[in-house]
Formats: sequence, C-alpha cells, structure tokens
Amino acid sequence: MQKISRDILVEKAISMLENGDVCSVLGWRKGEFDYDITPAVFTDKDDIKNNFVWNDFCGANFSKYLVQKTRKAEGKILVFLKPCDTYSFNQLLTEHRFDREKVYAIGIPCEGMVDINKIKEITGDGISSIDCGDKITVNTIYGDKFDIDATNVLSERCINCKSKKHVAYDELIGDEGEVLESNRFDEVTKLEQMTPDERFAFWQNELSKCIRCNACRDICPACTCEKCVFDNPKSGVENKAAANSFEEKMFHIIRAFHVAGRCTDCGECSRVCPQHIPLHLLNRKFIKDIDGFYGEYQAGDEVGSRAPLVNYTTEDIEAADIFEGRDN
Amino acid sequence: MQRIGVFVCWCGSNIAGTVDVEAVSEALKREPGVVFSTNYQYMCSQAGQDIIKDAIKEHRLTGIVVCSCSPRMHEATFRKTAAAAGLNPYMVEIANIREQCSWVHKEMPIGTEKAIILGKAAVAKVNLNTPLTPGESPVTKRALVIGGGIAGIQTALDIADAGFEVDIVEKKPTIGGKMAQLDKTFPTLDCAACILTPKMVDVAQHEKIRIFSYSEVSEVKGFVGNFDVTIKKNARYVKEDLCTGCGLCTEKCPMKKCANEFNLGMDTRRAIYIPFAQAVPKVATIDPDNCNMLKNGKCGVCAKVCTAGAIDYTQKDEYIEEKYGAIVVATGFNPISMDKFDEFAYNQSKDVITSLEFERLTNAAGPTAGKLLRPSDGKHPETIVFVQCVGSRCDACAEKGKEYCSKICCMYTAKHAMLTRDKYPDTDVYVFYIDVRTPGKNFDEFYRRAVEEYGVHYIKGMVGKVSPEGDKLIVQASDLLADKQLKIEADLVVLAAAIEPDKSARSLATMLTASMDTNDFFTEAHPKLRPVESPTAGVFLSGACQGPKDIPETVSQAGAAAAKVIGLLAKDKLVGNPCVAHSNEMMCNGCSSCERVCPYGAITYEAKEFRMPDRTTLVRRIAVVNPAVCQGCGCCTVVCPSGAMDLKGFANEQIMAEVDAICK
Amino acid sequence: MQVKEYKPLIVAFCCNWCSYAGADLAGNNRLNYPADVKIIRVPCSCRVNPMFILRAFQRGADGVILCGCHPGDCHYTSGNYYTRRRMALLFSMLDYLGIERERTRVEWVSAAEGAKFAATMNDFAEKVAALGENKRLEDLRCKK
Repeated sequence: MQKISRDILVEKAISMLENGDVCSVLGWRKGEFDYDITPAVFTDKDDIKNNFVWNDFCGANFSKYLVQKTRKAEGKILVFLKPCDTYSFNQLLTEHRFDREKVYAIGIPCEGMVDINKIKEITGDGISSIDCGDKITVNTIYGDKFDIDATNVLSERCINCKSKKHVAYDELIGDEGEVLESNRFDEVTKLEQMTPDERFAFWQNELSKCIRCNACRDICPACTCEKCVFDNPKSGVENKAAANSFEEKMFHIIRAFHVAGRCTDCGECSRVCPQHIPLHLLNRKFIKDIDGFYGEYQAGDEVGSRAPLVNYTTEDIEAADIFEGRDN
Repeated sequence: MQRIGVFVCWCGSNIAGTVDVEAVSEALKREPGVVFSTNYQYMCSQAGQDIIKDAIKEHRLTGIVVCSCSPRMHEATFRKTAAAAGLNPYMVEIANIREQCSWVHKEMPIGTEKAIILGKAAVAKVNLNTPLTPGESPVTKRALVIGGGIAGIQTALDIADAGFEVDIVEKKPTIGGKMAQLDKTFPTLDCAACILTPKMVDVAQHEKIRIFSYSEVSEVKGFVGNFDVTIKKNARYVKEDLCTGCGLCTEKCPMKKCANEFNLGMDTRRAIYIPFAQAVPKVATIDPDNCNMLKNGKCGVCAKVCTAGAIDYTQKDEYIEEKYGAIVVATGFNPISMDKFDEFAYNQSKDVITSLEFERLTNAAGPTAGKLLRPSDGKHPETIVFVQCVGSRCDACAEKGKEYCSKICCMYTAKHAMLTRDKYPDTDVYVFYIDVRTPGKNFDEFYRRAVEEYGVHYIKGMVGKVSPEGDKLIVQASDLLADKQLKIEADLVVLAAAIEPDKSARSLATMLTASMDTNDFFTEAHPKLRPVESPTAGVFLSGACQGPKDIPETVSQAGAAAAKVIGLLAKDKLVGNPCVAHSNEMMCNGCSSCERVCPYGAITYEAKEFRMPDRTTLVRRIAVVNPAVCQGCGCCTVVCPSGAMDLKGFANEQIMAEVDAICK
Repeated sequence: MQVKEYKPLIVAFCCNWCSYAGADLAGNNRLNYPADVKIIRVPCSCRVNPMFILRAFQRGADGVILCGCHPGDCHYTSGNYYTRRRMALLFSMLDYLGIERERTRVEWVSAAEGAKFAATMNDFAEKVAALGENKRLEDLRCKK
C-alpha cells in the first residue's frame, strides 16, 4: 500500500490548476481494467477528482512524456514523480530534452509497484475488480475473492529497488528516502556464470518470443529520439516485421547499446513487454559492465553528468581483457 | 542512378602477377551502376590518366572506381584526374588491390576473387557518393597572444617580424612574466633581465604589436581564421597615453604598506605603482584595494603631483572587441601554494622560502638589493638547505602536490646552490633530492660543477620535517645513500615548489574549447607530431601552459607556435576537408552527446524554429557542425542515437554498403 | 559429393592513419595473411558504429576485427579511447548473449606495425576458422 493517499495528490493537483500555477497535470488514470493504469494529461479539476488514480498499479514513469508535452504546453505542467522516475527526469534534462522551466515536479514516495502477472498467478484470469487497501482485494468474474499482500506480488524492479531518494523535484510530498543497496545485478551474474551454450539458449528462448511491437522502445524514457533508427529506412536496421523468429536479437542489442550509459534502470521496458521478456537484463548487463569497467555510474543521478560512453580515461580496460578471470 | 566507370590497374606485374585484371574488370562490369570497365598497365601514368579522363567524358561518368594501389598512394592523383575531366573529385573511390591483395596473396584465383570483392565494395560505395565541395573561409590576418611572459613575447615578436599584426593580452600591469622575476638563468648564468628586457622593449616598439596590459580575454567566439574576441581592459585609473612613467606619483603616494607582488610580498610598494623599473608599458597603475582616493574619496595626491594629468579616478573597465585569425595561449605557470606543506614550516617561519622568493632575494632589484639576507632578521645565513621536489612527483592518491615532475627545479636549485657558494664561500649549502634530472644541453656539466667545483652537499633523500627553534631551523632528513638520519641546523630553507598552470587557464580553455589534461595543462593536438597546436583549429600553445618548461624550451616552442600561426595567417582562404560531420536537423535530438565527444569543439547548438504539419511552429535545440573546425573523425556519428549525425564521404549508408558487398 | 572447404569471412575495419597504413606496410613487405580478410577503410576507429559490426554478422561475416591507432596515438587525439569503451561493452554483451568471444576483436596496429598486422590477421582468421560457421549469429541474418 502506498503511504501517501490519493486525496493529497488530488488536492494538490486541483489547487495548482485552480491557482493557475500549472496548465495541466500528468497523472495516472484507470484504463480498461483496474490493474491497467495509464498515464494521462488532466486539465480539468472534475476529471482529476473523479479519475485520478494513485495506488500500487501506478508504475508508469512520466518523465518521457515531458519531452512532447512541454513543447506544446502554454504554461507549466505538474508532474508526479516516484523516486525512480526522477532519475529519468534528470537524464532527460542532461540531454536537453525538455525545458525545466516548464515543469513543476512533485516527488512522491513509493512503496513499490505490484506486478499484475504475479497476481494473476494467484487469482487466475478473469479479474473483474481490484481494490487497493491495506491488502490488494481482487474479485474475479467467477465470484472468487482474494486478499493479497502487496509485498508478495511486487514487480521485479521494485523488489530490487535501487533508490527511494528523489534526485529531482520542486516540492516533495512525504518523507525523503535513501539510495538503497540492491541485488539487482544478481540475475545478470547468474547468466554470466552459465556456459555460453546455456546463455545462448536462454536468450534464444527469450528473444524469440519478441513480436517486435516496439513497446519497450516506446515506453523507454531514454528512447526519445526525434526519429528512431528502426523507423528510418536509411539507417540500415529499419525493419518493421520480423523476417524470422530470431532477428530481434539485433534490434535488442542495438537498442540496449543506444541507451547504454543513459539507461537509469527504471525497468519500464520489462514492465510493458507483452511477451514478458526480461529486457532489463540486457540494460543491466551494460550498467553492471560500466560500473565494473569504468567505476560506478548511475545515469540521472545528477544533471549534466558525463555518461560513460561520452567519456574515457587513458587507463580504460582493453576489450581484450574484459573476460580475464572468467572461463565461461 | 550513377554511371560508374571502373579502371583496373595492372601496376605492371605488381597486381597483374597475382590478380587476373581482365577477370576483375569483366566481373565489375556487371555491378549495379557500372557502365564502363577497363584495365591498363599503369593507371597512374599519363596515358592511364588519359584513359580515365576520356572515359569520364565519353561515357558521361558520374563516379569512378580505380582498382589499384593503396589510396594512401594515389587517391589524390586520381581525384585530380577526375577533377581535370570535370568530375567532382570526391566521386572517386579506390579499391586497394595491391598492398591489400596482390602483394599478400600468392595464388591467382584467390587474389582475383578478393580483388573482385574489394572492387564490388568500392562500387557499392561510389553508388552512394555525393559530390563534395570543401568549404572556404576567409582568414583575419591578425593574431592574439594571451600572456606576455617570455613565451608570449617571443611568439608575438616572431609573428610580427613576419609582417602580421599581433595583440598581446597580459593580465598584469606589465609584460615580462616570471622571467622578469628571475635573477640569473641556467646553465649560462647570464642575468635574466639583461636578455629579457631588450625583448620587452622590442615588443613595445614594434609597429605590428599592440599590448593590452592589465587586461583579460573575456569572451571568444568564432573559429579558425575568424575568431571574435572580447578583451576586458581593467581600469588602472591612469591614462596610458598620457602617463610618462616618471614615477613621481609612486614616490609621493602616502599608502606605503602595500605588499609588493613583484617581490612576492617580501617588501612593500605604494598604492600607485610601476611593478619594476623596466616595466613595459612603463605606466603607473593604481591598486584599487589600497588606494584611499578610490576607497574613501580622500587623498588625490597622485593626481596633484602628476604633471601629465594622467590620473583618472573615474576610469572604468573597458571592453574591446577584435577579430583574429589565430590565438596563441601563453598563460604560463605559477609555483603551487605551500599551505598544505606544513612539514616544511613555510607558514611558521619567514626563513623558509620558495625558490622564486630566493630569486628575488638574490636579485639586485629585489628587497635586499641582491644581498642574501634572512627575511626574519636580515642576517647572513650560514647554513642553507634546499629541498627539491616539494609538491612534484607526488603520489597520485596524496591529497597534496602534483604527480608530474616540474622539470626546472633540479637546474635552478643547482644554480642557486652554485651562486650562493660563489658569492658567499663561507656558507654551507645542502641540497636534498629524489633524483637529479639534468637532460639538456650543458645541464649535467652545470650540475656537476655545483658539486665538484663549488662543494655543494647533494644528499639523496627527502626532508621529513623543518622545525623552527630559536633563530635556527632544524631540518630532519634521511640520507638514503648513507642510510642514516640527518639533523641539520639551518638558517634558511629554500623549497623548490612544484609549478602548476596559471589559474586563469581553466576558464580560458572553456572559452577556447581547447582541451586540458587532468592537471590543467593544455593538451596538444598530437603529443609528438603537433606539439604546439591545440586540438582546436586555430588555437596554438606556447610555453609552460602546455607543460613545465625551462626558458630555452619555452622560446623554441614559442617560435614553433609562431611559425604555425604565420603559416595560417599567410593564407587568404582556408580550404577545409569536405569529409566532415553533418547533422540532419530533422532527426537531431539536441542531446549534446556529439558535442561531448568532439575533440575539436566543432559542434554547437542552436534553437531552431520548425514549421509543423499542423502549421504551428516548434523551437527545438539542434546540433550544428562547423565544417571549418571539424576534422572528420566521425566519433560524433556513433554517439548519436538517432543517427542524425553522419560523416560525409564515410556515411553510415556507404560503410554499410561496403559491408554488404563484402559479405554477399 | 565434394565437400567445399570452409573459408571464414572476415571483415576488418581499419583506421586510415595507423592500421590501414599498417596493412599497406604488410603488403609492401609481402607478409601473407588469408584472403578471407577484407578491409574497410574508416577515418578513425571511432567511426565504427556497433551497427556496422552487427550488420556484417547479419550478412554472413564469421568474424569482425577493428583496428586503430594505439591508445594515445590517435590522429584525432581521443577517438580510439571512445572506441575502446564501446567495443569493450559491445563484446561483453555479445558474450552475454552466448556468441563466441573469438569472433570479435579490437587490435591496435600502428603504421609501422606491418608485421603485427599480418600476424594479427593470421591469428584471428585461424581462431575464427576453428569456430566454424557463424551459426549463432546466422539466425540474425536476413533471409532473402
């Protein structure tokens, strides 16, 4: 359960809209299902009153929306940012992707977001309603009712939460958290310890599920290019439909490389993947390597920091030496 | 669609010996875009070039591929040939079938097969080539030298002697720099003033040189050949054109207790002052922190005594905008602060001094009129300890000092020790050193004279502690060769402080987009082959701003920098390399990645208005490459996630076409 | 039926200033290396986009090697330092996906190192040949 109540956020949003401090509010709105909470732009206070949502399903990271929204906005935009969202927010500022003056950022604490797939593992399909109280109460069309402890169904990225600290905001609601020690690289390490054949089999299995829907790219706060190389016929990698089941590998390697050093590990790619491919394991591999080769670096930690791939030292490790001490 | 001609060279038997040239030209005939293909014994010969020229005209070729030796050999030749026949020279590609094929593969079928593939790759590339024209930009025939020490002076004189105008910007009231503060110079022991001051006068009298003293560079815009520089002339409260340098004001000013920075604070000057007798320009300057008139409006003595009417208390800082074709950085060095070196008691005892202070103590124009006297009590020191490498060659992890060798200290310490023993044979002189480094003409001979003829005690080992006790300084040190601890009762301790770049260098580097190393020394365009150029085109380096240097080295580098500047200014137009980066503004994110990796500062950003399909306008930040500055490495193209940045002549599409052709 | 001898296809990206000149020197000195190696000239190793390398594999290359000036000797002062970071990360990722490490390599070859160029290519070609066809990245290829 989230510590800050929805009402506080609604009240804040309405008062800022009414005072004319902001012209619109980036918040969460219910989608088709109760667990399907989508990002939304609110400009009307009644709309906020009735439809603004803040609960354990508000995983969406709004930072990316600011790129387009601030361009069109007449005034300021109010945006609610969970701690992990603030890293993306800073990273986009570092890349000059939006005008900071056009944003009023409110940091809100986050107790972790839940993974609907884990809930479905308990309840089965046919969820008719969900209520987020102390427990998550799930009703199904079959008349079953489940009370689930949110901590048991947290999404992977929240179990391995890297920070409860907001690195950017104009105003903070609730208490400030801290950067956490997480075990987020454990799975990467596990993969690294496999034999190449096992790794190949793992990724072949995972990536062959890809339907090339581009959801991972579209949600990624680091993928804000004016024109993506995969949509550009001249780039040499443009490909709308998969020619065969495994060609996606190239897409995912290039995508991960393009965001290497800029990825804040927000985990949105894995959250939105309809095929449940653990795409974050590609990005985390780069993060782990960057930390190991060039010293710890957290993208978005501070505005203006120099990303590892636009930086170097004369003493950097040679490509030939990266596998030293590893025989698999 | 291109109309491509292929010309396969035999190179006598060099190629034809292991490559079936006939088969190659036949095979390439069938490649897309190829309308003509032939082979000839020596394509680079006049007859061969004529074949190319005729074919270009006859077959209306839009591009050519020459399968021959390395492009490093004859690319320029064939480009000229193409241009002579009216074809854009950048529509020429070379397939290297000699160095990288016929010479390294012995069997004809293998060599032929590879030559065909290399030819196909070149054809695939030419299909995507576009005519390129090198950009031209005019050159402003004037140079700016930043810093008026010996480096700046020498550079300015050399450039001006070649007939170009030069401006020197010096932040101090006079040019001369550190060399003006030195007493004698190693290894010849001629007096610094005797060799420097005539050069200062030359500068002052040179009709091509202007000096902006007491001034700083405040803004730099533009690029090679076309820099727009704003110079801030600080108010000195004295009209330079009227002041005759008579010095009367500097004698009458009642504010007598101002620390004299020229003598490193070891004596005093007035609030209105001329740094030293041979200053250039010889013009007085009012120090606003100490002048009563400027602080409280009370006094005005200097204005009263000045018969020239040069004093102007209302003078304001002045900004001058000027255009330059080239900029030379000659910002020099300073000794590091001794604040962190408590163990040497520099801040506890007046009798612990730096080597530069020692220079002033022994200089006839210094605070003691050249007599070596202790700063504390004016007594003659009988035992002097010199400590070398104070702050030089420090551990990387140490919080104080520098990792590098300051290079000049071994020699000047030998000089100090020798001169002391020469003038005062009754003094005992010790020098503590880690190593004595004397690479340079007559340097080692000089050092050996200090030891052998003058009896200076050189001791290998570092001084651990200096503690003042009564009027003595107890120096605790280790003698590494004798493996024993020493305790010396000294009267004077002289620290060879490390040298570091002047503090102003960092902000200047930012203005010039010139790069610096971790120690704030300017980096050169190439450490071996372009040592006096900065990576930023049109910006040159002179003297210790690039690394520790002694006077002869500084002067030779200053001359080299001047030669490079003259070479640039002698041109009427700069013709660029057309294979430069270019950003597609529709795709550019304005994210700054490219700017960060550009070694030349060729990329800037601008806010550009875009008309959107719905007739609204949108202002977006986009990257702009200055083709006059870009050198065409292509580093920016890879960090650009959207692929907006591409390199002309080596475009993404072209390279991928080559890859495809090879992998087919 | 005659079994066709397997010959690996190797793409070598060489920077114009050092490695390409090193390859020329290997030629001048008539130092042999397999014809399977095909060189593509780029101004600097930092011009090589990881996309080019993947493209080569996609189109059937069995090995890709990237050669540039030695660190500190880059004609453009810093290009190869960026290359070094990019390739370290890319190669590590390819390994993570289960691709054989021996299929990719970075080697610093100066204009004076013709012998090193030839030796490097001999060694690389031998290692790639030992791996056989690029089955793992074969799936990555466009099936035309």
